[in-house]
Amino acid sequence: MRQIIFFFIRNKNFLLFVFLFLFSVGLTIRTHSFHKSAFVNSSNYVSGTIYSVKNDIVGYFGLRKEIKKLVDENTALRTKIDLNKSSSIPPLDSSVAFSKYTYATAEVINNNYAGSKNYLTINKGSRDSLHIDLGVISSKGIVGIINNVSRKYATVQSILNTKSQINSKLKNSQHFGSLVWNTKDPNVVQLIDIPRLAKIAVGDTVVTGGMSTIFPKGILIGAIKNFTLEEDENYFQVDVQLFNDMTDLKNVYIIENNDADEIKILEKQMKDAEQ
Amino acid sequence: MQSNEIFINSVRFIILVMFQILILNHINFLGFVNPYIYVLFILLYPINGNKSLLIFVSFLLGLSIDIFGDSVGIHAAASVFIAFIRPFILKFSFGVSYEYNMIKINKAPPVAKMVYVITMVFLHHFVLFVLEIFSLSHIILILKSTLLSGIFSVLLIVCTLLLFSRKS
Repeated sequence: MRQIIFFFIRNKNFLLFVFLFLFSVGLTIRTHSFHKSAFVNSSNYVSGTIYSVKNDIVGYFGLRKEIKKLVDENTALRTKIDLNKSSSIPPLDSSVAFSKYTYATAEVINNNYAGSKNYLTINKGSRDSLHIDLGVISSKGIVGIINNVSRKYATVQSILNTKSQINSKLKNSQHFGSLVWNTKDPNVVQLIDIPRLAKIAVGDTVVTGGMSTIFPKGILIGAIKNFTLEEDENYFQVDVQLFNDMTDLKNVYIIENNDADEIKILEKQMKDAEQ
Repeated sequence: MQSNEIFINSVRFIILVMFQILILNHINFLGFVNPYIYVLFILLYPINGNKSLLIFVSFLLGLSIDIFGDSVGIHAAASVFIAFIRPFILKFSFGVSYEYNMIKINKAPPVAKMVYVITMVFLHHFVLFVLEIFSLSHIILILKSTLLSGIFSVLLIVCTLLLFSRKS
């Protein structure tokens, strides 16, 4: 017994090191294998407050650019409305046709894009009725998916994250694939699983596919930068240049699919029935 | 440790964490190169200080960087690692004598000091990027990130040491 106690006292530094090291590595591995992040994240009270104070100070420097972005978006939306008005098709009843998705705005208070698993922090949380698995976009394109919420803040798993896989398709055909990131360039993501019989060309637009309950169909992602097709492979390897500058994000929109629960329940029933 | 040293180290802890998360985490030189200057806390921890305490405080240091950077556990693991091997690196860079005459890191010969800083920083960065990227097929990326971030961090740490060294 005494031997054991002496052993512990003699090696206390080593044991402490092993314990804490394994604990941290355990946390890391946990997040590598699970979809949801652990409790250590920047949506908690302390870091959220510090980041929003910083944002209050630094936020003014980019105002001119932000205003320009919003005005551009307004112009684009106005043109769309005018187009709708002038066309001969009678306008749809917007309260019925568009009620499937609700939009909310938020500000990015912390943005990472240098690592291989990047997250953003936004200044809305569960008290603004946000929850996990809502889509986040900016005026130019897709940003990511909410993966953690606290009362006042939420973290967003960016598309620049090796864990992200977003269903997307070519704008001019119905061929769809998954959007992933190879960590090399924060402005270029990869589209995989596009079958070889799809007709693609450099410059084609890539949009979200609408096959998940998170993003509606047709949200802009980027344009095809280049693509390769190995001789004995059935799928293209496509590089997509993002429309969005992921290194410069301020105002974002959060999309909620009001039918998500219904769809999920239905799919779950089907799975249960199969078993 | 005297209460004076406790105070200095606590202040240094807070300043380094703030500096790291608010400024240095957003440099992203060439898209992915960030300096990690908070290692300086572990480098400057008193040589005769309690080693278990250093390991524990390094864990807290790394964990706070992790919480702010959403990088769950990798900074904590890397910090704990270099806190644990610090005595060996000290012996390696300053010779066996460091245990007896209690040299101050600021007054040590410059070459030994550089060896100490460079070894510690590069070991820390290597563990950090191995855990972050977490795949052996990206070993080139790991080495490249370690090298570039390491050079950046060493430069900043040496500048900070020169800036804050007290003339005797």
